[in-house]
Amino acid sequence: MLRWMILKPTALIYKIEDIVTCIQDETEGVPIRTVKSFMTKIPSVVTGTDIVQWLMKNLSIEDPVEAMHIGTLIAAQGYFFPISDHVLSLKDDGAFYRFQAPYFWPSNCWEPENTDYAIYLCKRTMQNKTRLELADYEAENLARLQRAFARKWEFIYMQAEAQVKIDRKKDKTERKILDSQERAFWDVHRPVPGCVNTTEMDIRKCRRMKNPHRVKKSVYGLVEEGTQSQSPTHTPSHLCRKGTKEDVEKEILFLNTQLDRHCLKMSKVAESLISYTEQYMEYDPFITAPEPSNPWTSDDPSLWDLENSIREPSQQRVKKWGFSLEEALKDPVGQDLFLKFLESEFSSENLRFWLAVQDLKRIPQQEVAQRAQDIWAEFLAEGAPSSINLDSHSYERTSQNLKDPGRYSYEDAQDHIYKLMKSDSYTRFLRSNVYQDLLMAKKKVNVSNGMRLLHHILLF
Amino acid sequence: MAAEKAEMDALKKECDGLRAQIEAARKAVNDGSMSASAGGVEAVGRVQLKLRKNLKGHLAKIYAMHWSADSRQMVSASQDGKLLIWDTFTGNKLTAVPLKSAWVMSVAFAPSGNLVASGGLDNICTVYNIKAASPKTLRELDAHTGYLSCSRFLSDSEIITASGDTTCCLWDLETGKQKVVFTNHIGDCMSLALSPDENSFISGACDSLAKLWDIRSGTCKQTFSGHTSDINAIAFFPSGNAIITGSDDCSCKMYDLRADQEVIGYQDTSLNAGVTSVALSNSGRLIFAGYDDFNCHIWDSLKGEKVGVLSGHDNRVSCTGVPADGMGVCTGSWDSFLKLWN
Repeated sequence: MLRWMILKPTALIYKIEDIVTCIQDETEGVPIRTVKSFMTKIPSVVTGTDIVQWLMKNLSIEDPVEAMHIGTLIAAQGYFFPISDHVLSLKDDGAFYRFQAPYFWPSNCWEPENTDYAIYLCKRTMQNKTRLELADYEAENLARLQRAFARKWEFIYMQAEAQVKIDRKKDKTERKILDSQERAFWDVHRPVPGCVNTTEMDIRKCRRMKNPHRVKKSVYGLVEEGTQSQSPTHTPSHLCRKGTKEDVEKEILFLNTQLDRHCLKMSKVAESLISYTEQYMEYDPFITAPEPSNPWTSDDPSLWDLENSIREPSQQRVKKWGFSLEEALKDPVGQDLFLKFLESEFSSENLRFWLAVQDLKRIPQQEVAQRAQDIWAEFLAEGAPSSINLDSHSYERTSQNLKDPGRYSYEDAQDHIYKLMKSDSYTRFLRSNVYQDLLMAKKKVNVSNGMRLLHHILLF
Repeated sequence: MAAEKAEMDALKKECDGLRAQIEAARKAVNDGSMSASAGGVEAVGRVQLKLRKNLKGHLAKIYAMHWSADSRQMVSASQDGKLLIWDTFTGNKLTAVPLKSAWVMSVAFAPSGNLVASGGLDNICTVYNIKAASPKTLRELDAHTGYLSCSRFLSDSEIITASGDTTCCLWDLETGKQKVVFTNHIGDCMSLALSPDENSFISGACDSLAKLWDIRSGTCKQTFSGHTSDINAIAFFPSGNAIITGSDDCSCKMYDLRADQEVIGYQDTSLNAGVTSVALSNSGRLIFAGYDDFNCHIWDSLKGEKVGVLSGHDNRVSCTGVPADGMGVCTGSWDSFLKLWN
């Protein structure tokens, strides 16, 4: 399946245009003809089916659905269009399609301004033909543009009149074709709401058009300044800051801290990253199939139900708690088990302190000051009920911080306690019976079941 | 005047000198390439993922998506002026949040699942309570002077935003005020990501630099260079020691915080489209990168090789995300669809 639609005018757009040229070829292309309808003639059209057939034959596509899809992608770029619809797509039916004039092809790098669009809509209202009546969204667009261009509307009106004069000079059939091509051009650049627009740039990059091919030229040959882009105006982002002496001094400070940093050797870094991925490979569903199954693959959400159940953590999950203290604490079940273990050793105050400080960092700002005081009272004050062991330096720092309590008042203390837990209680936890039992998935055999099994064996 | 200029020149010379020293220090530790070290690692083979879900509902370009912490709900933002909250497993739309401004560029789910945030050309980050009977605007965070490109919740009390005004910002949701402004980039900030321990975050910007920030002190701790164009996407390696960036220069890069430099680059001569988004699998081994060429390409993060591609979108892939449980990857596109693969 070919997917080569790219928006920049690269070699691929020209390839598409080669195809579009071939498809219109007099001998090898689709049958483009004038169709008689009621009292009128429809010039230069071809049916959707003809296009689909041609695409299948000449691009070696077996499936008509795929041919329609590719045709729709080409239509969305504006190379051909249904004559009776603003939505640019290709259907395998008897509806009529027309090819776009090369003048309007995307390779010309059109990025028409709203002034051009205003002129177009204005001109449509001047021509008394039912087929040129504005659709609802076009009428809305026109109203919006009239407000936006209020001050230069006279200019726009005059340009529209000039365009109408030029159009009148052309013969009837030519006008029918050109009108529809012009409409299709605007269907690409100002699409029906709800359509996916193929031409728009990422609005975040709009202001900074770096592509030199994109020349701002008017569809109607206007030479104008002060053009506006389609997206609403917004405050321009901060331009390059001039380097003041302060800025440079700050930069020097920053660079000095950078220099002081100890860089780890690339080989060590690589080793560490490799071993991390190897350790976690079995926990990566893209690499190791999860048990019982990946809900997205099997359509069975039981894996999620199992994960949420707190009574039966899987062996694999328990193993992960042994990777690091971080992993044990990250999992609420692991955290709970570690806490229970510490309680059994009457040393749970460290973990409770750590959890309280984590919580402090997330509660609403107005509760912070009070909670910080509560933590002090519970864990650090003289005679505190859950007294933790801090070195004097951290203790001093923390009590200073508490003069102006904030979310991060306990950072140093928390770091210290974490290191303590990691080197002491955590390692003992991993060796403990509660952890090892879960890890080895030792299950107590149900006595009555055991008897039934024995009975069964004895009978047979 | 001359004395001032001489002083500036001297300071600038000092800067250049320091930069040269830092470069030298980096070179000194560069004792071997990542791909060489990963030579002995078993290959992942061709990664062929299947499309599991195709979520239809938006009417215009999708610009952003974010998974909920429960790995099942997800929020997406489209320029049809709506946020949609999906139960991705059933494909049902749970909630639709109509936006004041249709020019939305970013969306985020709070870890609690109670709030979502969005913002864009209106320069405002709007936070909605989605647990109310109908989605209610909780706060409008209005202080940026440029578009809102990205946002991430630390909790229901705080959120970090990245903006086209070149700054990132930490906000208090109770008061709706800025608490810390992170200033150092000289180009539009396009993307941000929180570290696994949530003490720091990284940002990528149009100045082609990635920066690591300390949330508590509000300072820039490290800067990573190497890209030659805008960085559009950024993510942490799951261990928190390395970061992945995606850029308009058509490449992705991995930088390690400890080596303070680029560790490996992901580029291919056949790939001529900019990178819009990046996400990693749970072990960090696979990188899912969304490109302007309508595809999401999959890279082996250790060996630097392309190992797969997700084709199916009819327009640019604008956002990519892997849920916390790592069971799949979601791609969102300008074609208005979200697809889930694994």
